[in-house]
Amino acid sequence: MAENHEVERTYRDLGLEAVSSEPVSTEGTRSFAQQMLGFWVTFKTMFKKVNTVEYPDVKEPTAPRFHGRHQLNRHPDGLEKCIGCELCAWACPADAIYVEGESNTEENRMSPGERYGKVYQINYLRCIFCGLCIEACPTRALTMTNEYELADDSRSKLIYEKADLLAPLRDGMLMPPHPMYPDMTDENYYKGDVLGFHPSQEVQQ
Amino acid sequence: MTTAEILSFDPGWLILVKGLLVFIICVVATLVAIWAERRIVARMQMRIGPNRVGPFGLLQSLSDGVKLALKEDLIPAAADKVVFLIAPIISATTCFMAFAVIPMTGPVTLFGHKTAMQLTDIPVGVLYVLAIASVGVYGIILAGWSSGSTYPLLGGLRSSAQVISYEVAMGLSLVAVFIYSGSMSTSEIVAAQQKWWYSVVLFPSFVIYAISMVGETNRAPFDLAEAEGELVGGFHTEYSSLKFALFFLAEYVNIVAVSALATTLFLGGYHALPGLTFTENWLGGWFTIVWFLAKVSAFFFLFVWLRGTLPRLRYDQFMKFGWKVLIPASLFWILIVATMRVMSLRGTSRAGVLGFAVGVVLIVLVGSFLYDASKKRGESESEIEIPAPSFPVPAIPVKDRSVSQSEVTRG
Repeated sequence: MAENHEVERTYRDLGLEAVSSEPVSTEGTRSFAQQMLGFWVTFKTMFKKVNTVEYPDVKEPTAPRFHGRHQLNRHPDGLEKCIGCELCAWACPADAIYVEGESNTEENRMSPGERYGKVYQINYLRCIFCGLCIEACPTRALTMTNEYELADDSRSKLIYEKADLLAPLRDGMLMPPHPMYPDMTDENYYKGDVLGFHPSQEVQQ
Repeated sequence: MTTAEILSFDPGWLILVKGLLVFIICVVATLVAIWAERRIVARMQMRIGPNRVGPFGLLQSLSDGVKLALKEDLIPAAADKVVFLIAPIISATTCFMAFAVIPMTGPVTLFGHKTAMQLTDIPVGVLYVLAIASVGVYGIILAGWSSGSTYPLLGGLRSSAQVISYEVAMGLSLVAVFIYSGSMSTSEIVAAQQKWWYSVVLFPSFVIYAISMVGETNRAPFDLAEAEGELVGGFHTEYSSLKFALFFLAEYVNIVAVSALATTLFLGGYHALPGLTFTENWLGGWFTIVWFLAKVSAFFFLFVWLRGTLPRLRYDQFMKFGWKVLIPASLFWILIVATMRVMSLRGTSRAGVLGFAVGVVLIVLVGSFLYDASKKRGESESEIEIPAPSFPVPAIPVKDRSVSQSEVTRG
């Protein structure tokens, strides 16, 4: 510890407060017997419970917010949430998303508001599952599921089309195209005022 | 009747049958060994290991072998084709040949003939094993050289240097066994261990052999030759398909062979554990092979345990350990053993021999104590005053300073 005092003295000489420092301590070489303890560690480990998950047979649930395959969501009446704005494609650092928007017409309405995503592709050979697209999406149309079994054997199979990504129709949903809920605007849709389809929407179809 | 005499009555066809049996035992042992190693190492790392092909994954190594055989066989353009083909064959065949002199059972009856599960019993059996192992090195060095590529060449050089170095220590550790048993024939060495195993009587030899056999087989922690991070794959980098499989087979047969030799020379061969000698007569003497295999598997477990526990040595440390520790220790030990042997043969009293042994032990202890003390004194003397720094610096650890200072004085 001699040099420790030395350092403190130096600090004093310089008129500085002694900085509270601990000398670097390197543990010396262990004794032979202590080194041999490693053998006991490996031997003991043989009888411990293994960490392996026997995957194809046993599938453990993922963490709830695991980044899996994407999904394009729908409004409760079945209209698509995607408005074809391409923000997800712009946000994507791996350039994995391709979107082509199209205007909604009265005869062909896929989503509330002006536009919808006509072509929507995600290339899972490029996707890094960072989730920036989900952050970018202004309408919560794009979210990620917990599905992780995405392996496949060809490029074309791994470029998911809009049909592969769209959420299924649930109860109270109608397959678009169909008109918007009567007396509702896209803002109402956005705020969640639409809770299901209206009979008038069905008749029109 | 000694084993050599029993074996001398073997008809030719029986020798062929036994040769085939030895071959089958080696190949099956390899398949089981690869599976067992992967399972055990996996357990040591809290994994399961191969468990999908066959019951408990037992057929994993077989399916791996089939896969290897069906793979494309590449020969690099720069390779020396003839030597490239011969090298794996040398490697594999020599490993099998070493098994010819290993006694696996006591006297047994095979197809109505009284014989022993040992292909042949030559008077210099152990030397034959060492010689065959040395020829096996050619497989490694020729493979490295003929690949016509840098990494295999380096790996081959490393491997052969390693194997040759550790063969010296291995050979020396066996000398004490020869001196004590008065024979180089494997069956007679086994017979000489009826009372006491040589692993007890010649414990230092046993330790040196156990260390050098790991070095000899290029296994972890001495697997510098195939150090994946440094040399890609060592001498067999350019090999593929069946030729690679041959090297793989050779490695494992080699492990089984050195384990079998260790069993023969130090663990009483096919004899039962002390106190269980009555089991040797079970199944008409065939039960002895169970003891033999049990001892060999114990050695194999040691190999796996070492691999699961120790990190790989640095090349210079490894060579230093072989040449500066194992070989001198071996030589010193042989000197003591030889002296004791001569003393007892000349009729010196038990007390005299014992006194000599105790004296040597005392001298070694005192010597090592003095050496340690002088080393400590040297350390304290080398401590010097470093000039007080003119600016504030954090404390320097004591140990590093003395090291750097001793380096300065040496340089």
